[in-house]
Amino acid sequence: MKRFEVIQAGSVEDCLRALAAHGPEAKLLAGGTDLLPQLKNGVLAPRYVVDVSRVGRLRSVDLDGDRGLRVGAAVTAREIEQHTGLRARFAALAESGGLIGSVQVRNLATVGGNLCNAAPSADMAPPLLALEAEAVIAGPRGERRVPLSAFFTDVRRTVLAPDELLLELVMPAPGPRSGGHYLRHTPRRELDIAVVGVASQLTLSNGVCARARIALAAVAPIPLRATAAERALEGQPVTPELVERAAGLAAEAARPISDQRGSAEYRRHLVRVLTRRTLTTALARARS
Amino acid sequence: MAKHALSFTVNDEAVEVLVQPWDTLLDALRERLGLTGPKEGCGTGDCGGCTVHLDGKPVASCLMLAVQARGRAVRTIEGLGRPGALHPLQEAFVRHGVPQCGFCIPGVLMSAAALLAENPRPTDEEIRYGIAGNLCRCTGYTTMISAISEAAAAAAR
Repeated sequence: MKRFEVIQAGSVEDCLRALAAHGPEAKLLAGGTDLLPQLKNGVLAPRYVVDVSRVGRLRSVDLDGDRGLRVGAAVTAREIEQHTGLRARFAALAESGGLIGSVQVRNLATVGGNLCNAAPSADMAPPLLALEAEAVIAGPRGERRVPLSAFFTDVRRTVLAPDELLLELVMPAPGPRSGGHYLRHTPRRELDIAVVGVASQLTLSNGVCARARIALAAVAPIPLRATAAERALEGQPVTPELVERAAGLAAEAARPISDQRGSAEYRRHLVRVLTRRTLTTALARARS
Repeated sequence: MAKHALSFTVNDEAVEVLVQPWDTLLDALRERLGLTGPKEGCGTGDCGGCTVHLDGKPVASCLMLAVQARGRAVRTIEGLGRPGALHPLQEAFVRHGVPQCGFCIPGVLMSAAALLAENPRPTDEEIRYGIAGNLCRCTGYTTMISAISEAAAAAAR
């Protein structure tokens, strides 16, 4: 690894001070599972690494029945996967946490890192988009909130300025008769990167779909919502035929590329299959 | 750039070492403390050869900076059992003749020990999932699963 200086932040203020002084020459370190390989292979060569992995506010999860969920940016994938409350009420998010890397990677990897690294295939992005999460960002002029749908700007690019820090994700509680599910396709069962990922989140009311949210990973430069598919579901009784139609609309929303993981045609097909499967499971969970 | 004084607990002993800012935890364990049980296979968190416990949880020590271990408890294969007083998993690995070339074994044992601490009676599927982050290029997985399963059953008796 190229040489760098480490600044270990004890508080959000410490982080902001370090970023104000060195922002363009600094990289933030939380779990390190994306950063360290890039430091080792020379893709990144910052002069400063600011370690945020011990900042208390970034490390906590608050789940409140009515107010919803707050997840600190440095909460690990393993903590999200194993959190009883999240498994019960934010199942799609808990499932995505359990799919990243191996156990020894998930004990390090963080939700904030997964989002800020901004890979099109980030597994935690679709569930958080489907749950309508907002990113709480700290900077020199105070805090701001950005809907996650406006957080990603391009492949590996986000709205974060060099002097800003992602603090946490906040999202409303899905409410009664809600269900969600995340699935991805990988050629290997473990330790692989999504060829396509799909999260679905449904809320039922009086026999019809009151709210539908569908989000896709690895089919565009940034994780996407499939809004036409969502609109087709809302206000309707969710029949297998309607699920199939929504799956087709989600496939049309995908703008995939062909690469070594899969062709564009294959990815579009996978969006249809995974949308159908995640909607079917989300529906069953909303009904139970 | 100044070295950092790193104080942490390794295999139940308080230690202090000087590390460079860019040293990984694996570098510190191997190069500064002489604990060569954890191995660098890939250096990118894919192979599991560097698996150690951090506050009881398995982590890829090649993906952590050494300074991130400040104040925390690390356990390596050297602290899992001792000659003459092997960990039950190590005994089972010997009985089943698991090690072939041996390179992956310290990491596999640390993953297996963490798995059994969380889930004392795992199914074979759960064992496979628990050691999915450890690659064995001799492909000796079948005997690993039998040995881990047997050690779990023996502990339950």
